[in-house]
Amino acid sequence: MPSLLEPLRRWYQERFGDFFSHLVEKKKVPRHGHTLWYYLGGMTLFLYFIQVATGILLLLYYRPSPGEAFESVQFIMTRVRFGWLIRGLHAWAGNLLILTAMLHMFSTYFLKAYRPPRELTWVSGCLLFFLFLGFGFSGYLLPWNELAFFATKVGTEMMAAVPVIGHWMLTVFRGGEQVTGATLTRFFGFHVAILPLLTTAVLANHLFFVQHFGMSVPAAVERSGETRAPMPFFPNFLLRDLIGWYIALGVLAALAAFDPWELGVKADPFAPTPAGIRPEWYFLFMFQTLKLLPAKLLWIEGEQFGVLVFGAAATLWVLVPFLDRNPEGRSGKLFTFAGVAIVIYIVAMSLWGWMG
Amino acid sequence: MSEATPGTNERRQKPAPGRRTLLGFLLGSSLLASLASIIYPILNFILPPPTGEVDTDTVVAGRADELAPNSGKIFRFGSRPGILVRTPAGDYCAFSATCTHLECTVQYRGREHDIWCACHNGVYDLQGRNVSGPPPRPLEVYDVHVQGEDVVVARRGRS
Repeated sequence: MPSLLEPLRRWYQERFGDFFSHLVEKKKVPRHGHTLWYYLGGMTLFLYFIQVATGILLLLYYRPSPGEAFESVQFIMTRVRFGWLIRGLHAWAGNLLILTAMLHMFSTYFLKAYRPPRELTWVSGCLLFFLFLGFGFSGYLLPWNELAFFATKVGTEMMAAVPVIGHWMLTVFRGGEQVTGATLTRFFGFHVAILPLLTTAVLANHLFFVQHFGMSVPAAVERSGETRAPMPFFPNFLLRDLIGWYIALGVLAALAAFDPWELGVKADPFAPTPAGIRPEWYFLFMFQTLKLLPAKLLWIEGEQFGVLVFGAAATLWVLVPFLDRNPEGRSGKLFTFAGVAIVIYIVAMSLWGWMG
Repeated sequence: MSEATPGTNERRQKPAPGRRTLLGFLLGSSLLASLASIIYPILNFILPPPTGEVDTDTVVAGRADELAPNSGKIFRFGSRPGILVRTPAGDYCAFSATCTHLECTVQYRGREHDIWCACHNGVYDLQGRNVSGPPPRPLEVYDVHVQGEDVVVARRGRS
């Protein structure tokens, strides 16, 4: 066999030389007490690939029109061989993806991995997280069931609260004044064309930044002078990654098999909204907050106030590396406390929303 | 390895290759099994399930007063098109309307009294025989019965 591969190897060598092998050899993963957190990024990437693969498969049967969307998903679930598995994987992996992205984001936040020079790694990661939320929001509507229909109504209605451009945004996202078949077609376009395009671009940047700046070592570890030799990315870290991915795949398949994703009842725009309507778990804390706000706050509407605060908070969140100028000092501590407060707020509000 | 480091404890090293082969075999076969368990559902998913289409044997192709002599019409025969022709003499005949060349849908030509495929200029006569052009086989011939108002078309030998 080597004689067969030899010309290929030489062909490759003549063109690329050591470029890629150098990249692979150069890449090192720091080893310390917090190394475990480094696996969350790779796990999120793996789940994203699962989404791309299962999403492409679902496209073979899914039909994005109000007359056919629900039926086509039903067809996938009941008639297509392993359709239940592919759709279950897509739905479950979508949720796990947001969970791992969230954990990845908060772990980098608390370990202050956004410290210079890695500001852009943080910013691109935040943008990816928002894109994933967009995937979740747009994908939720696609089966065209009752729950998704009304959740989308509420979710897009919130856009109208944005000052000045709110109504324009609402019309653009809904494809009209109401949530109709036009909304479904648009959301389908966002979900399978626009968001993947943006995600590919931002993801490429994020991975480039990770490669270029390397992985951040927590300041405390740096100070302690802990000198464990870094682990080569290839094959040591990648093999560990693979084990994690393999387990994740098993967990996903088990979830899809033993807790199949429901399809629900077909959406009927003229039926009353069913009781207990609520968005996906990752939007629950915002949903619950808006529920608690009074109709009028200060001089603006409560809903508008909530949307403005969340918008401002998200912007500040993205800009954290530029605001926390002294991560080692007092301002750094302040950011850590703020982070803890945010986590407590999100968890508490989500639980409240979940139960009530 | 053992050649590069002579003088190491040979007793401890000896069983290693066997164990290593076994482990390699176990790892490799588990990976293969995993790969198969991923590819198998995907291949099955890609293949569309049978549509559950009813195998139609008989269909009402039209009303008896609908077709003038020397004309034809296309009708649905299950999921495929059929062609019903009324000859200049006033008789009915019916065929599969799928050209045997490349599956275009044929049509009746009143002036030439033949069945013609527009894609590659294939011509069939009113018995469904391929008389000129590229079609390799005759059209499938159906039985036609006029039952009261209806022209009923049936697959041969099954009606």
